[in-house]
Amino acid sequence: MTALVLLEIENGTVRQASRSAITAASAFGPVDVLVLGAGAEIAARLPGVTRVRHAESLSDAVAEPAAALLAEIASDYTHIVSAASAVGKNILPRLAGLLDVQPIPDVVAIKDAETFVRPIYAGNALATIRSSDSIKILTVRGANFDAVANEGGSAAIEAVSLSSASNVPAVDLISVNLSTSERPELESARVVISGGKGLKDAENFKLLEPVADKLGAAIGASRAAVDSGFAANELQVGQTGKIVAPELYIAVGLSGAIQHLAGMKDSRVIVAINLDPEAPIFRVADYGLVADLFTVLPELEHAL
Amino acid sequence: MKVLVPIKRVVDYNVKVRVSADGSGVDTQGVKMSMNPFDEIAVEEGIRLRESGAAKEVVVVTIGAQAAQDVLRTAMAMGADRAILVKTDETLEPRAVANALKAIIERENPGIVSMGKQAIDDDMNATGQILAAKLGWPQATFASKVTINGERAEVTREIDGGSATYGVPLPAIITADLRLNEPRYASLPNIMKARKKPLETLELSSLGVDTASRLTTVSVAEPAERQAGVMLNSVAELVEKLKTEAKVI
Repeated sequence: MTALVLLEIENGTVRQASRSAITAASAFGPVDVLVLGAGAEIAARLPGVTRVRHAESLSDAVAEPAAALLAEIASDYTHIVSAASAVGKNILPRLAGLLDVQPIPDVVAIKDAETFVRPIYAGNALATIRSSDSIKILTVRGANFDAVANEGGSAAIEAVSLSSASNVPAVDLISVNLSTSERPELESARVVISGGKGLKDAENFKLLEPVADKLGAAIGASRAAVDSGFAANELQVGQTGKIVAPELYIAVGLSGAIQHLAGMKDSRVIVAINLDPEAPIFRVADYGLVADLFTVLPELEHAL
Repeated sequence: MKVLVPIKRVVDYNVKVRVSADGSGVDTQGVKMSMNPFDEIAVEEGIRLRESGAAKEVVVVTIGAQAAQDVLRTAMAMGADRAILVKTDETLEPRAVANALKAIIERENPGIVSMGKQAIDDDMNATGQILAAKLGWPQATFASKVTINGERAEVTREIDGGSATYGVPLPAIITADLRLNEPRYASLPNIMKARKKPLETLELSSLGVDTASRLTTVSVAEPAERQAGVMLNSVAELVEKLKTEAKVI
């Protein structure tokens, strides 16, 4: 059995969630990785990688040719894995469609080569499922698998290319709009501080920043805070946003709706700061503080 | 151009589901059901495309038990023109749903399929992508903005770290993210009118497509309960606990 991991490389480094996917895939046997675009040499240094397959002219931003290439090389593998990221969730189910396979998204545990655990109903239940497909296509949650290191391996690099592009729909990438942030990536941060509607406006949302700076934390947000325009979309933590499991998660002025809890309740330590003692967030919090966040946040900044 | 909107009847998003006592699934008996929230957004987008003149007709389709017709009526009350119920008592996986939808699409010939990015029950986020692959169509997943320019659509997609805009030839599959629009409420007169709109019922078996399951559910379990936490009185106490007890800062 050999597994293939679709790798995401960003700013010259392999994304942590992709390195977690390598750990997950190594449960099945030797691991090859596929790199679309630049970065094959970076991938070749990852420990636990046997072979880098490199398609320089493709990009993981466009699913149609990426899935077509994966379909061409899929027969070399028993398992095809990626992070459960926007890229993985875009490309891998399309690959599954091309191969007539039922994909297995958001895997949180691997029981054996064909049995996997995944959350359903916004994380309110965990389903153990067995796949009868000959090639298993899965996305895995980075937070549930340790990431391999960036250095230590020396894999062979082999060029691959799409041999039949004729029936691939012609989709153009027109523009990319990334928000720039100096902070750690939300999904791999050791500490996350998230704000909700209790912060009242976008200006107040910035009150999280000094505390985040002190803790080296990433900043997250509830859906309500994002919908109200306090925070950017990509900061949303929850069933429909990012899934995080940091060492410490500090929830500030957010109630803790089911949809939000789905994205953070596997955090090791949860702190809730809320004025409403009945807020559901207190039911999952290890430490709760019923207090006005506008006095707590400056105090917290001072105390750290 | 016609817009086809596949929708799903799911346990209402406000319901906290319980795992059944025998660990075979979750209890859905007597639980409030409604249209998958992402599908409401997809229906809304279809209606807006018609209102803008880019589309002529909005057809909604669901695959499920007879009871699933209530979400079709809801979609028609929002403004969809007609509905198709593909009847089955089985629970289908995304691959099977895609096979059935492909048969409907080949019959209806839509220019756009507008659908939700994921259903909040199985949380798969896969049907649209599988369907696009099977049709050989482009896919614009997690869409937050759609503009139609003749034979092409310009779609902005939510990606990790921001957004990206794509030029997509039609016909295409577009899957709706939360931010695509704010779905409208159905007014009482429109709910009454929706009762008279055409609703066609087909048996799934009449489509003659492969809907076999590839996954077997071994068990369903409750996630581990978190230990009850403690309530603190001051920031000083919190910082102290985080340093000495939890050892996270």
